[in-house]
Amino acid sequence: MSIFADPRLSEATAHLPDYLGNHVRLSVAALALGLLVSLPLAIAARKRPLLRGVLLSFASIVQTVPGLALLALFFPLLLAVASLTLKWFGFEFSAFGFLPAMLALALYSMLPVLRNTITGLNGVDPAILEAAQGVGMTPRQSLFMVELPLALPVIMAGIRTSAVWVIGTATLSTPIGQTSLGNYIFAGLQTQNWVLVVYGCVAAALLAIVVDQLLALIEVGLRRRSRLRTALGGIGIAALVAATLIPSLARPGASYVVGAKTFAEQYVLSALIAQRLQAAGLSASTRQGLGSNVIFEALASNEIDVYVDYSGTLWANQFHHADILPREQLLAELKTVLGRQNITLFGELGFENAYALVMPRKRAEALGIRSIADLAAHAPLLSIAGDYEFFARPEWAGLRKAYGLAFRAQRQMQSDFMYAAVASGEVDVIAGYTSDGLIAKYDLVVLDDPKHAIPPYDAVLLLAPTRAHDEALQAALRPLLGRIDIAAMREANLRASGSNAESSPASVARWLWDKINR
Amino acid sequence: MPTAPLIAYAHVSKSFAGTAAVDDVSLEVNQGELLAIVGGSGSGKTTLLRLATRLVEADSGRITVEGEDVRALDPVRLRRRIGYVFQSGGLFPHFSVADNIGITPRLLGAGPAEISARVDELLELVRLDGALHRDRLPRELSGGQQQRVGVARALAAKPHIVLMDEPFGALDPLTRDALGDDYRALHRRLRLTTLMITHDMTEALLLADRVAVMHAGRLLAVAAPAQLADSDDPYVMELLRTPRRRIERLTTLLPGDGAA
Repeated sequence: MSIFADPRLSEATAHLPDYLGNHVRLSVAALALGLLVSLPLAIAARKRPLLRGVLLSFASIVQTVPGLALLALFFPLLLAVASLTLKWFGFEFSAFGFLPAMLALALYSMLPVLRNTITGLNGVDPAILEAAQGVGMTPRQSLFMVELPLALPVIMAGIRTSAVWVIGTATLSTPIGQTSLGNYIFAGLQTQNWVLVVYGCVAAALLAIVVDQLLALIEVGLRRRSRLRTALGGIGIAALVAATLIPSLARPGASYVVGAKTFAEQYVLSALIAQRLQAAGLSASTRQGLGSNVIFEALASNEIDVYVDYSGTLWANQFHHADILPREQLLAELKTVLGRQNITLFGELGFENAYALVMPRKRAEALGIRSIADLAAHAPLLSIAGDYEFFARPEWAGLRKAYGLAFRAQRQMQSDFMYAAVASGEVDVIAGYTSDGLIAKYDLVVLDDPKHAIPPYDAVLLLAPTRAHDEALQAALRPLLGRIDIAAMREANLRASGSNAESSPASVARWLWDKINR
Repeated sequence: MPTAPLIAYAHVSKSFAGTAAVDDVSLEVNQGELLAIVGGSGSGKTTLLRLATRLVEADSGRITVEGEDVRALDPVRLRRRIGYVFQSGGLFPHFSVADNIGITPRLLGAGPAEISARVDELLELVRLDGALHRDRLPRELSGGQQQRVGVARALAAKPHIVLMDEPFGALDPLTRDALGDDYRALHRRLRLTTLMITHDMTEALLLADRVAVMHAGRLLAVAAPAQLADSDDPYVMELLRTPRRRIERLTTLLPGDGAA
């Protein structure tokens, strides 16, 4: 079968107008804002060494912050600002998606523009500057008629670097809720769909190259005083922006948005929910790859309408409780505290996706380990791996305290690689998920937790405040409640981790729906 | 006899970082006069020129241009009414020849048609073929042509005063000679008052009505070429030695008609 006939490719292409359009709009807005701030600052700083030093150091420091972290930081920052504006001025704005992504990228774009503008302006021959003064130009006229035009090639080179950086880094805005070409990459990584990952990378790279070349055309046009080239480059950029605006204007916005966190199960469940809504005649779209805290805030502020969370996660992470309650009591408590934020805990799906300590069955049997209590005695000689969140979560602190666990080494990895790592002996124990299909696939065993140090993690449907009384939505979702058991979810997750054409979240969601209705 | 001086320096001093660049200089440039300031590098001659258009500000003393104290004038307007020819042209590399020449009228608010006519007039005045040169960029011209454009630019706003900072210094001797003569003719024809800086005593003697000699920020002598020889200042004598020696050698090398 030719790679071009792969259904994953056509599925990816179906999303392209949406992802590419969002990506271009985000990049253009960030770059424009970045230029609007950097250019005047650079001009102001060119004759002020102190300001110049401060600006360039600041921009350099920003550059050393990893893009993902910078983007992630803007979410809580804006959230705080939004709550302040609500308190002081009576309005708030969305701290989710476009705004934090644009601000972070604008900040990210500043260094090359600042540096090149200052360098370009300072590189103008002093004899020419004196001539400009001598023929009777005011400082302003000298700046606009002589200095900026002469520095333009260097400034444009900075803008080109910025544009490429911004377009590349914009792929990282997916976890804070901004749709971008990064959606392909994050979705592909989580579901081990490499076609998607490559698709996203190639699309982002092509976009960067096209924009870079258009800017190069403008640069050459300006340098050679060729209006034709400048105009062609400008028209090219304008056409690109216009082309990405039209489809999103023409398409009516989806009325329901289904959120998904960053792992395969969430992709499948969000696809399943969207399919149920569509089957009920409601229009629905998904926002996937959102971070744990981002997704909850997004729901609380009605940016998304529904998503699946886990009782223990909400309890420990969202509400910072260290104590562990029995399952029913925990759900009842959660319902109350969520209700205070007008969030509806609509019901349980029927399975639990708990953290669990997992190791190969043979190894566990050889060492005589059945429970975490047994494991504690061997731990000093063993290594453990967890996902990026696990070791920072209160459950880990609770586990260590309850059993006196102390491992020889601990490592963080991408969750989908953990199982293969523990199966191959790369690490001895992993903090896996009970609903993961790979547990059966690799013949791993889940260790008992006799002290109940790990809270229950029932998968629950949460509804946004505005959907508290939305009968149409609730009717469409009701058939899912209590229907998905752990075996079905494990198998669905196993299917989603495959890398064939049937492993896309949408296909697996259809399979899951058939399975629970059989 | 000339009337009131067009440019007058009275006890002017200027220091840079504690070093006196111009030290208590008094000098008057009369109307219609071409005065050359001669001195080595670091003599303060360029600073003296810049002081007149407030490209640098004097520490003490008084400078007047056409009778007005420069400190009372807006520096930008002052510069627009004084022509300035820069060392090696100082042309704007991204401006065409016509745009370079027309810049000061443009800054003064002249219309495009007026500027265009003035540019043609000036190209003719400095003997450049307008059709051939007006749309070219400075880098497409020879050094001599660039300096002609520089002169045209200085004259564009019809100034009474022209300041020249080693205008012909970077040119080959033939071009330099031709340009010097051409400028001298223009100076007379347009009734300009010119203050010119040069490090070449021969050039100063041949072109100027009066020659001022500067050394280490001080004005050592000001006199017409014929009277300069009367100076008993050793530095002035030293400067005059070079042209004299050249004359002697040239007379032996190239005997004149009278000897034949």
